[in-house]
Amino acid sequence: MRSVALKTARRAGRRRSRRFTRRDLAVLVVLLGIPVLLDIVIIWGPTLASIGLSFTSWDGIGDIHWVGGENYRNLVDNYPPFWPAVRHNLLWLAFLGLIATPFGLLLAVLIDRGVRFSRFYQSTLYMPVVLSLAVVGFMAQLILGTDQGVVNTILNNHENPIDWLGDSDLNIWMMMLAASWRHTGYVMILYLAGLKSVDPTLKEAAAIDGANARQTFFRVVFPTLRPVNVIVGVITVIESLRAFDIVYAVNKGRNGLELLSVLITDNVIGEASRIGFGSAIAVVLLTVSLGFIVTFLVQELRGARDR
Amino acid sequence: MTADIRTTSPAARGRSLAGGDRRGEHPRRRGRFGVHIFLMAVSLAFLAPLLLAVYASLRPYEETAQHGYFSLPEHLSFDYYREALSDSGMGEYFKNTLVIAVPAVLITLFLASFVAFAVSRIKVRGGIVLLMFFTAGNLLPPQVLVTPLYVLFLKIPLPWWMSDSLTMYDSYWAVIIVNIGFQLGFCVFVLANFMRTLPQEILEAAIVDGAGLWTQFWRITLPLCRPALAALGTLEFTWIYNDFLWALIFISNPDKLPITSSLNNLRGQFFTDYNLLAAGSVLVALPTVLVFLLLQRHFIAGLTLGSSKG
Repeated sequence: MRSVALKTARRAGRRRSRRFTRRDLAVLVVLLGIPVLLDIVIIWGPTLASIGLSFTSWDGIGDIHWVGGENYRNLVDNYPPFWPAVRHNLLWLAFLGLIATPFGLLLAVLIDRGVRFSRFYQSTLYMPVVLSLAVVGFMAQLILGTDQGVVNTILNNHENPIDWLGDSDLNIWMMMLAASWRHTGYVMILYLAGLKSVDPTLKEAAAIDGANARQTFFRVVFPTLRPVNVIVGVITVIESLRAFDIVYAVNKGRNGLELLSVLITDNVIGEASRIGFGSAIAVVLLTVSLGFIVTFLVQELRGARDR
Repeated sequence: MTADIRTTSPAARGRSLAGGDRRGEHPRRRGRFGVHIFLMAVSLAFLAPLLLAVYASLRPYEETAQHGYFSLPEHLSFDYYREALSDSGMGEYFKNTLVIAVPAVLITLFLASFVAFAVSRIKVRGGIVLLMFFTAGNLLPPQVLVTPLYVLFLKIPLPWWMSDSLTMYDSYWAVIIVNIGFQLGFCVFVLANFMRTLPQEILEAAIVDGAGLWTQFWRITLPLCRPALAALGTLEFTWIYNDFLWALIFISNPDKLPITSSLNNLRGQFFTDYNLLAAGSVLVALPTVLVFLLLQRHFIAGLTLGSSKG
């Protein structure tokens, strides 16, 4: 009994010495300290500062005045682009979540079944992801432009071309299509990586039990993909809330392409420089994001407990 | 559903017992054929915009202006590429991008792998909190951070040999450091998941041999993470290469802008030659496409984002 206690004590001692030699401690403190500090200075500090600024009025140069909730009141009542932007962001989310993401999953499943040329399909479908959104925005102009654009040439409506990118009812849909072009490939590659790590004996067991391909997928494979599902879900939400580059490349996010991220950028670095007001929009975006982030973290914590 | 399973299962068993797999193979092969047609169609649709851009860039403006982009070619040449390279000063901008992207990717991967190592290999206390702290930070919308960072960088003076603007604002340092801070979260998350799948015995053996923390990290763990680091390196390089927002906000000197902004130099004030712009776009896209094609073999293998086997 005593020897066991002694042994565990010694083991604990060795453990401690393993953790706490002075050099190890220095390495740990420095190499954990730098990233933590960086994250505080670059991410969390500015986030808190943004929340603070949203209750003030400031043009970036003069004094900062505390105005309370006035920015938020103005935002809701007297700022015409706000509600369209909210609507567009939600539409964006629905489009990516209900169309692009399931489509990416479908492609991953088909490719994972081991068809021939799978490497080719995989690279082709992923290709748009590596493109800069500035380039994607330009390609949209090439395809959808009014005078020489491909779509209008095919439709052969030279006299009365459809202004795909200029018509404020149409252009948001075109932008979402272009964004989905990239999003689908991204989702596909994540699911492909996830599917590769699914234990093949699970599928064999399901097949022996007589499950068909669809049953095997929805009842056996899909539930084991839960970690990937969570990541893909979060990425989808975050990408649609963050959407910025592509509309900015097309027309700086005006005329039917208003998004919250564009409004923030306009107010903060635009000529008006209404920093307090821009921050208030940022806080709205932040609140929505945080809702999803917390959900994700709870899922992750649960997953970590299972491990 | 259960009835379905019951009726199919004896049939399947009977088939395999009889050894007559041919009957089962036939519809399956037809299914494969459909899958091929579907995948081929989707692939073509995905490639079409790229091919169109390449095609447009090879044709003179007069021709496409007259017949539209969707027409048969009369003249094909690489003239626009030469023009795009010389007119836009693309080489210079490409250098700017590398000055930002290469250090940012390397430092991000280094710092992130140590945090991941601390969290999932030596299991420091509060590791899970640390993981959350970083991951959540990566998910915040960048616009939330813009204003305070802008003000902060304007206030930080730098000596002239570090930045000719004498402030953090309008220097590469600002863009690099923001990219690092912002990408850390994602890398920590992926690497922590990856390291969790490595056998713990290797580390224990190293500890028995008296390896210090640094050796355990640098000599033992990192080499095993090569696939994940390759995948992340590719991903991060493309992201930082393609970044648009940070440079737009933190850099004012047009000579310091990264390559994604150089396309605007190809737009004339009154007239834009879209074919020239197409050539420019292809040139801008080329490095990321090449990096992906070269490293794609390692790519999927390294992306075990929280695999179920862990």
